[in-house]
Amino acid sequence: MTNNPVKPTACKLLDIMPQTQTEWTFRVKNNLPIKHGQFMQLSLPKVGEAPISISGFGDGYVDFTIRKVGKVTDGLFSLKKGDNIFIRGCYGNGWPTEQFKNKTVVIIAGGTGVSPVKSLVNMLCEHSNYARNIYLILGFKNSHSILFADELKKWQTASHFHVIYTLDDENYPGFKKGLVTDFIKEIPFASFDNEYECIIVGPPIMMKFVGMGLLMNKVPEKKIWMSFERKMSCGIGKCGHCRIDETYVCLDGPVFNYTIGKKLID
Amino acid sequence: MKHAQTYQLTVNEMNEFLEQLSKKYDIYAPVRISCGGRYAKDDSIIYQPINTYQEIEFHERSTYPLKEVLTPITQTLFYFTEDEFKESKSPQKDVLIFGRACDINSIKIQDQIYLQNGGIEDYFYKRIRDKIKFILMDCPEQFEGCFCCSVGANKTDMQSLAVSDNNGSAYVGIYDSDFNNYFAKYSAVDHEIQTPLENELKVDYPVIDNLDLANKLKEHPMWKEFDARCIGCGSCTVSCSTCTCFETTDIVYTQNAHIGERRRTCSSCMVDGFDKVAGGQSFRKKTSEKYRYKILHKVYGYNARFHTGPMCVGCGRCSARCPELISYPATLNKLSQAIKEIKGGVQHD
Repeated sequence: MTNNPVKPTACKLLDIMPQTQTEWTFRVKNNLPIKHGQFMQLSLPKVGEAPISISGFGDGYVDFTIRKVGKVTDGLFSLKKGDNIFIRGCYGNGWPTEQFKNKTVVIIAGGTGVSPVKSLVNMLCEHSNYARNIYLILGFKNSHSILFADELKKWQTASHFHVIYTLDDENYPGFKKGLVTDFIKEIPFASFDNEYECIIVGPPIMMKFVGMGLLMNKVPEKKIWMSFERKMSCGIGKCGHCRIDETYVCLDGPVFNYTIGKKLID
Repeated sequence: MKHAQTYQLTVNEMNEFLEQLSKKYDIYAPVRISCGGRYAKDDSIIYQPINTYQEIEFHERSTYPLKEVLTPITQTLFYFTEDEFKESKSPQKDVLIFGRACDINSIKIQDQIYLQNGGIEDYFYKRIRDKIKFILMDCPEQFEGCFCCSVGANKTDMQSLAVSDNNGSAYVGIYDSDFNNYFAKYSAVDHEIQTPLENELKVDYPVIDNLDLANKLKEHPMWKEFDARCIGCGSCTVSCSTCTCFETTDIVYTQNAHIGERRRTCSSCMVDGFDKVAGGQSFRKKTSEKYRYKILHKVYGYNARFHTGPMCVGCGRCSARCPELISYPATLNKLSQAIKEIKGGVQHD
């Protein structure tokens, strides 16, 4: 018995890229295959482990975008390029990418909810023939909390992308003032010939209202996909923290179709 | 329960037997800790390594469950440096555990989570589980609040041996031929070791057969009273034979903050923070929501995932340990009533 699924591996920290004052992207050496929307268990120095969404990956690396939330992440934010960071995974089902082929993909994400969908958006941007076109609504609280500013610009200029960026309570160049839910009506669902899928990621309350907004626009439930964030101490269905009734978010999610996700009541 | 051979041994002969076994096995049994309880002069009974037969507490329910031998309240998983995580030492000897039928049955539920769920085996659980054999205690007296018969946990076939304490002697039943050698010098006696056939307390264990019903029950007013009654201390889940949840935390040695150990510590869905995510959000803020979550896991969630019946062996420890005197069987009865109401179309405001 040599395989220990909770034993982390030391991986070199290749780069640290601040996104905002409190949210930094940590680029870590990795050669394991990853699917868009998966997560890994990261060892937070002096604290323990936490599930962190993969915000990007490429040849030999994986990115995690992490918010500094006091004591828990302090140790992580004092690391330097070249230090070791302990990770294990990947975990979770990820986005049903195959289902997006040749369709219109509507992506609505808020705040740090952009992280779990960012690598998918980049893939859809780089492979312009993968999906038919992309409608992207991304919302942030204010101009200080804008994540992935460089990528936002890149997506805005992609010819097959239609983007709306919002700030909850601030007028700012390139952003509309308001909540993401205010702009769902601008998506021309009727013109998609039923060939589309929707993605929602963000805080639970935002996902709830975006879900309701999509249904009001006659989007069928089975075309909506959402990613759940829950506490996890193991990522492999043992610790119990992410369980909702018979569903383990770590094993069965974090991505759920709305038909299932709407019944997951904590 | 018929078996091939039963022997009657004196206490001294039992001690000889245990001494011989101890060469190969670490032997655990419920042991009384005088004044080790929650209140002044209150004892506790916990699973501990034993050397002699007299150390075993046969006549009172153990305060804490058998699972603690496999998953202690706190255990060190790894020692880490800046470059490496190294597993803590594996148990060296095989393990024999004295337990009642309910206690042994509870390990099937532990196995389901730690070895089966998601098709992933937990390394730390498996390395001790593979070494364990059980000695069944017959449990003729039963205890207040026991309802093993209502959940089918009064019988087991997982034992290697069975022991019945008989005032100064012990009957020993052999179910595993590995132990035959120890008894070559004794003659078999005609005695049948029985596990409980009936409990005084009978519980009509509720059945929730679909998620829609479970979700409707979450809205039912029956949970409200627990905001006032339950203090969310987690005594029920720590003492539960079948609860498995844990936290993973690191401690660092103060001389060098990069060297330390990773521990697994028993956790509880009844305490604040169990569901708290990085941003600080929790999903079940009220105590009544936490209590509802726990109960519906026992009655609905576990069986809906694994289809092996309730996540409960009727050991009665949760009610016995509750400092607020909340009765789990009484909650189950209320739940059964709520199910009837929902199925009958009763509306609540």
